[in-house]
Amino acid sequence: MTASVFFGCTFIAFGPAIALFLFTIARDPLRVIFLIAGAFFWLCSLLLSSLVWFITVQISNKESSSQQKGLLIFGVVLSVLLQETCRFGYYKLLKKANEGLLMLSAEETMPISIRQLAYVSGLGFGFMSGAFSMVNILADSVGPGTTGIHGDSQHYFLSSAFMTMAIILLHMFWGVVFFDSCEKQHWWSLAVVVISHLLVSCLTFQNPQYVGSLVPTYIIVFLVGLWAFFCSGGSLRNLKLCLTCKDKDFLLANHRPR
Amino acid sequence: MTGRGPGTIIGFPHKRKLVTSIKLFLFFCLSDVSCNSVAQKIYVELNNTVPCVRLLNATHQIGCQSSISGDTGVIHVLESEADLEWPLSKGPNPPYMVLLESSLFTKSIMMKMKNASSRVAGVVVVPKTSPPEFSPHTTCPNENTGVYTETYDHNLAHCNTTVWNPRGNGLSYEEFDFPVFSLKEDNETEVIKQCYFDHNRVVNGSGLQYPLCAMQLFSHMHAVTDTATCMRRSSMDFSTSPVMVCDPLGGYNVCAFIRPYNSTAFGHKENESVVIAAARLDSKAFFLEDSTGAEGSVSGFVTLLAAAQALCEATQEAPRTRNILFAFFHGEVFDYIGSSRMVYDMKNNMFVIDLDNVHSILEIGQVAVRSGTNLFLHSDPVSRRNNTVHDEVRGSEMLLFVAHFSQPLPPSSFQRFLRARAIPGIVLADHQTDFNNRYYESFYDNAAHLNLTYPSNLSPEEQLEFVTDTAKVTQMLYGFLVRSNNSWFQAVMAPELKDILQPNPPQYYVGVAKSSHQANALTYLVQYLLANLTGTATNLTQSQCKKPDELPNESTYLYSYLWVQGMVPPNSTQRESFCVRTAVRLVKAVSPAFDLGDYVSKEYSTWTKSQWKFIKARIFLVASRDLEMLTLGVGVAVLFTSLLVTYFVSTKADVLFSSVREPNNAAY
Repeated sequence: MTASVFFGCTFIAFGPAIALFLFTIARDPLRVIFLIAGAFFWLCSLLLSSLVWFITVQISNKESSSQQKGLLIFGVVLSVLLQETCRFGYYKLLKKANEGLLMLSAEETMPISIRQLAYVSGLGFGFMSGAFSMVNILADSVGPGTTGIHGDSQHYFLSSAFMTMAIILLHMFWGVVFFDSCEKQHWWSLAVVVISHLLVSCLTFQNPQYVGSLVPTYIIVFLVGLWAFFCSGGSLRNLKLCLTCKDKDFLLANHRPR
Repeated sequence: MTGRGPGTIIGFPHKRKLVTSIKLFLFFCLSDVSCNSVAQKIYVELNNTVPCVRLLNATHQIGCQSSISGDTGVIHVLESEADLEWPLSKGPNPPYMVLLESSLFTKSIMMKMKNASSRVAGVVVVPKTSPPEFSPHTTCPNENTGVYTETYDHNLAHCNTTVWNPRGNGLSYEEFDFPVFSLKEDNETEVIKQCYFDHNRVVNGSGLQYPLCAMQLFSHMHAVTDTATCMRRSSMDFSTSPVMVCDPLGGYNVCAFIRPYNSTAFGHKENESVVIAAARLDSKAFFLEDSTGAEGSVSGFVTLLAAAQALCEATQEAPRTRNILFAFFHGEVFDYIGSSRMVYDMKNNMFVIDLDNVHSILEIGQVAVRSGTNLFLHSDPVSRRNNTVHDEVRGSEMLLFVAHFSQPLPPSSFQRFLRARAIPGIVLADHQTDFNNRYYESFYDNAAHLNLTYPSNLSPEEQLEFVTDTAKVTQMLYGFLVRSNNSWFQAVMAPELKDILQPNPPQYYVGVAKSSHQANALTYLVQYLLANLTGTATNLTQSQCKKPDELPNESTYLYSYLWVQGMVPPNSTQRESFCVRTAVRLVKAVSPAFDLGDYVSKEYSTWTKSQWKFIKARIFLVASRDLEMLTLGVGVAVLFTSLLVTYFVSTKADVLFSSVREPNNAAY
């Protein structure tokens, strides 16, 4: 549409991710490295799923639209499963690398905990996923035209941006929950992560009824976010303390020598 | 998630398989047009467009220019001249892209839009029915490069006695700073009209609802001001391949002597007297690539081709002392490029004869639109004051009507010869004073203008054979005005050139002078046709046809040898190709001003055409400014909110995430 739509959609889609990166990751080089490695693992899953989808599309009947729709659903499900598999693979790799990192570092304690790794890897997955979802659309939003001449909805750019923001946040939350469940061997919560990922991806089949896909997605974002908050050590009490600015007293009271 | 391009893998074990599958993916992606599906949701590309381009000469630039990133405007279909108020003053969403039908493509409407060009982003013309008359050329064609200058005869200069093209409005010679495109009436125009009716119609005087249908035109021209400036800018680049900003116009003249001379011996030929029979090949229109020139040029050169055939047959039996040169000049519309080049070559001993050898000149002008069978003879009153010239011309006034004695010549190539020397000559035309051609140099001067219609149930071959009067002339008219890809033209053409024959007529605009020895389609058609009509078929083989000098009776100094496809016999599919020995030659026709480096020349043509990078057109919907600003506002708000929240959370992280202790490790 124009530069204003381009910047608007970029900020909507990548705003939270940029803020998180700036304030929590950018200062620590180790976190940056793990972020990029996480992004790379997501890319691996995309490569594998795209190869499989491409081959199946080539051997399918291109004329039959029901077959193509079926193939799309198959592609989406396969891609979700491969992403979660890669997330699991990354977890295993990080666990194995734990001892190596401990040996390399000069200090006695781990420079980065598994919980922080969970958050960073989830954000890495989110960055890459958001980039691949949004960059193509952003590139075309710079031009003078907007969608609709063939009857599509006018709000294509805006809803894509909001969906991308949701996906990035979701990947981050899923990363936290996933690693936590693997640590505690809670396989049922692992299954819930996978199912919620499948649910969100399949909700996009509702498009162009954007209300039907965005509203449930944001509900899921909120719920998974709460779950991740509790998994990573948060509690309502802590939240109340922070919001009412009584945290300083709390810290002083609970001061422990490091 | 649908997959896009594969990422890079380091250390992937089956690297070669990966590379092959990447290549396969790219191949399939590129062979399927719809690779970028987002752009397909937004834009509809228009492919059948003809742009108005920029031409420059010694003093002016004419034509149209768009901005470098295209001009976008909300589409408005103009219904009448009064409706112009909407795009020019009343409409609330400027700039507008005005869509005109051909009846509204007039000088007054275009000039009104030119004066309000801040509100007009561009103009699109949809040609439909021909208006009763329309000529975008000037009223006095080629007035500064003909023979009638102030010094030659003050009273005859600048069309003081006869205005040759009174209907001319000079639209082709105006300069517009917005793009003007022409669309053919087909599916794309329907798409545009549908988009307009769905989104842009004003309902009950209320404002228009966004999104609106808009069009973007790209036709950015690189050259500015005039020929001297753009030539100077072109040669300033000192790299090995200089970047040209404009190209000189030009082509090739087609020449054939009845009795050929040695083509390597230039200059005066003793005791040789030549009559030049001339006609012009090219014409133009407002949209240069849509040039049809039925009455303007085709009528003249088709007549000359038929005459050449008849004369060649006649002189086979009874050779004459005087030779005849059949000259088809190209580029005459743009200040006599072809004829000025020939006169220049003759004066500087670069042609096989020179001006002393020229006995007289006969030119065939516009001869098709006649009332009855009247054909008029025009001559030059100033040179006729010389008695020898007068006597020669008098001798030719036999059965034809004579135009008024004191009337000057119409615009014709003969004028350039007169500019060099007072040679006797006449110009044949169908008009006594001003032109009968109501569509001089416009795109309505086509087959329908000459009433060249065929019953609709005939196939192309049947139309070719639809004989009315003289068979060859009718067939030539069919090939040049309706369909150049017919069996006769295929038979006379060379095998490597058969692709220039298309299902439409050839294009008559002279084009730019190419550095390689390549002419445009019209030149080749006339060359091969003249070779077929005046040359002789030989029984040389194809390899002998390429090198005929090895044979005792053949000579490439006198003749040129062309291998042509030939007819397909009724019972086979193989063409019977053969070698034609002909005196037809192509002579370069580029204005002498470019050889002399004189880009401000008043003597010779200095026309050049600007270069451009790409020309395209597309339509799409535009959203309102409010929605765009809202999107930006929401984006900035989201960014600020997330920055604030993240800052808050990260500073209070110790407190927020403190409940659970790691089971094994004692670190945060």
